Amino acid sequence: MFDPTYTEEQQALVDTARKFAAETIIPVAGEYDERAEHPQEVFEKAWALGLMNVEVPEAYGGLGLSTLEGCLISEQLAYGCAGIATSIMCNHLGCLPLMIAGTEAQKEKFLGWVTRELVFASYCCSEPEAGSDVAGMRTKLDKDGDGWRLNGQKRWITNGGYANFYTGFATIDPSLRHKGITGFVIERDRPGVSVGKKENKLGQRASNTVDVIFEDVHLTDEDLLGRPGQGFPIAMETFDKSRPMIAACAAGLIGRALDECVQYAKERKTFGVPIASHQAIQFMIAEMAMAYEVTKLLYSKAAWEVDHEVKRTSTSAIAKAMGADLAMKVTTDAVQVFGGYGYTKEYPVEKLMRDAKLLQIYEGTSQIQRMVIAKNILVRG
Amino acid sequence: MKILVTVKRIPDPDESLKFAGNAIDTSSSKWVANAFDEYAVETALRMAEHIGNKDRLAEVIVCSVCPKDKRQHVTQFLAMGADRGVIVDADETAMDSQTVAKLVAEVFRREGCDLLVSGKLSQDSEGNEVAQRAAGLLDLPQASFAATLRWDRGANALTVGREVDDGVETKTIPLPAVVSVDLRIVLPHSVKNGATADDHKYSDGARLASLRGITMAKRKKVDVHTPAALGVTPSSHVAVAGVTAPEKRAAGQIVDSAQTLVNKLITEAKVL
Repeated sequence: MFDPTYTEEQQALVDTARKFAAETIIPVAGEYDERAEHPQEVFEKAWALGLMNVEVPEAYGGLGLSTLEGCLISEQLAYGCAGIATSIMCNHLGCLPLMIAGTEAQKEKFLGWVTRELVFASYCCSEPEAGSDVAGMRTKLDKDGDGWRLNGQKRWITNGGYANFYTGFATIDPSLRHKGITGFVIERDRPGVSVGKKENKLGQRASNTVDVIFEDVHLTDEDLLGRPGQGFPIAMETFDKSRPMIAACAAGLIGRALDECVQYAKERKTFGVPIASHQAIQFMIAEMAMAYEVTKLLYSKAAWEVDHEVKRTSTSAIAKAMGADLAMKVTTDAVQVFGGYGYTKEYPVEKLMRDAKLLQIYEGTSQIQRMVIAKNILVRG
Repeated sequence: MKILVTVKRIPDPDESLKFAGNAIDTSSSKWVANAFDEYAVETALRMAEHIGNKDRLAEVIVCSVCPKDKRQHVTQFLAMGADRGVIVDADETAMDSQTVAKLVAEVFRREGCDLLVSGKLSQDSEGNEVAQRAAGLLDLPQASFAATLRWDRGANALTVGREVDDGVETKTIPLPAVVSVDLRIVLPHSVKNGATADDHKYSDGARLASLRGITMAKRKKVDVHTPAALGVTPSSHVAVAGVTAPEKRAAGQIVDSAQTLVNKLITEAKVL
């Protein structure tokens, strides 16, 4: 049965991640956000401490932590900065298709690589005209002698400009829709692979987001993930397994907003008393606490289901949609609690609000999550 | 080289104090590791590690007197990098410093250690006694309140910078020895072990436990002894006469002039 208590060891993992966020992320998060810069120094320290690639199995040099543990760590990193957390978590997203469908040789090569040195893995699924509609992708994989030729453009690729390898999906025939989707894994230095324009984003600005372009990239069968035409279930399973992490990121943002508001509400005075004495503020703070508990429980349950291979449920979609929507509401309220000051960059809450918005969009929008949830209910019913 | 580091669990010093009768009520306290012990373990690890080389120059053993099922702080230090642990299974809260020092000295003797590193005090009782008493019991040279430490391996000696009231006193002591550390020992250049480059910059403060360290900690060896097995009979030379909260500070007064202040200091406070 699902048991929402954490072991001493899990608590120790959380402690390290929390201290890392406090000492290494929070002091620099504002600057990297302002400059929209990839914080290499933070990633170097995170990698050395073991905060990246935590779920890579021990056989490939990883720690083999559970998805729940990965989520507990992600929450703390996102408490520090959701953008930096996204870029740290991105390696997990990039490695998931390998863990789901990689051959032994692919796993040894790529999973072994991320645990041996600091390298970045990016996940290439979305395209300029195919985000939510995964089956509508146009990146094309054509048979070319013994191998394959890859052509197309991927968009919104996290860490794409810094990635050492890419996992992704292309189609062998767009008219086949989801039955044409095929997974692949290739190194960045393969001829024909290039990085396009970098997005200038509203939030999560420390996280690098770019186009990745494939022009006549030669692939062999060894570069494919799973069999041709069988990539769609891999993409869907990847999302199932990565969504709890986004919900954990939401919990981190909500927790941060709550802490910032509690501290500010006790210090800031209006009408001769701290604003924490006003019921209007108290209610917003109470709702933040409610949102935190809900999100934490939901991501824990979704992660637990991933760890226990409970399949065909929509808990991860519920956790992701609920967490993202609550994070947006809570961080908007946080700006309200801070009033005019909250709207300025002098205080940390406007960044939380900007960062939260992305949670409702990436890894399946809040609307796509509702489609998944509804479909699950209606099919089951 | 074997380094024994004393570590202690204490009620979280950030929590507000609760009283029960004539004592501090720790029944609902969260127990955490004493911060000075983190510095002590960091010191020992900096001595033991040869940065840029896989060799370890010393074995780091953490030792705690605590109930054997309340060992989270020991696990925490194993996660941080200590090689193994020794627990003396006892209720340390009922023991005086001399008993704890005897237990530590006995573990030191039996393990055949070369160096005892201890935090200068624990943040709960702030006794600042165990290291000095253990040095006495072991009849070893000691350097307390170390802020810098240099290990001269050729001479088998330590040069210790001690922060004292009128500055920094530097003294060299032969090993085996006892050192208690102060908080500046974890500055980036405080510890030099003669193998790691002298200009190596450590991160400021005690290191965080790495995730690999955390997952490996439970697999490390921890020996459990009883005071009786170590031949130590708990004594209590110190009795607690009473525990009370400090009196609340009375509200201050704001005066409108220096003259009024002086008058009040003369007539009311009677301090001038």
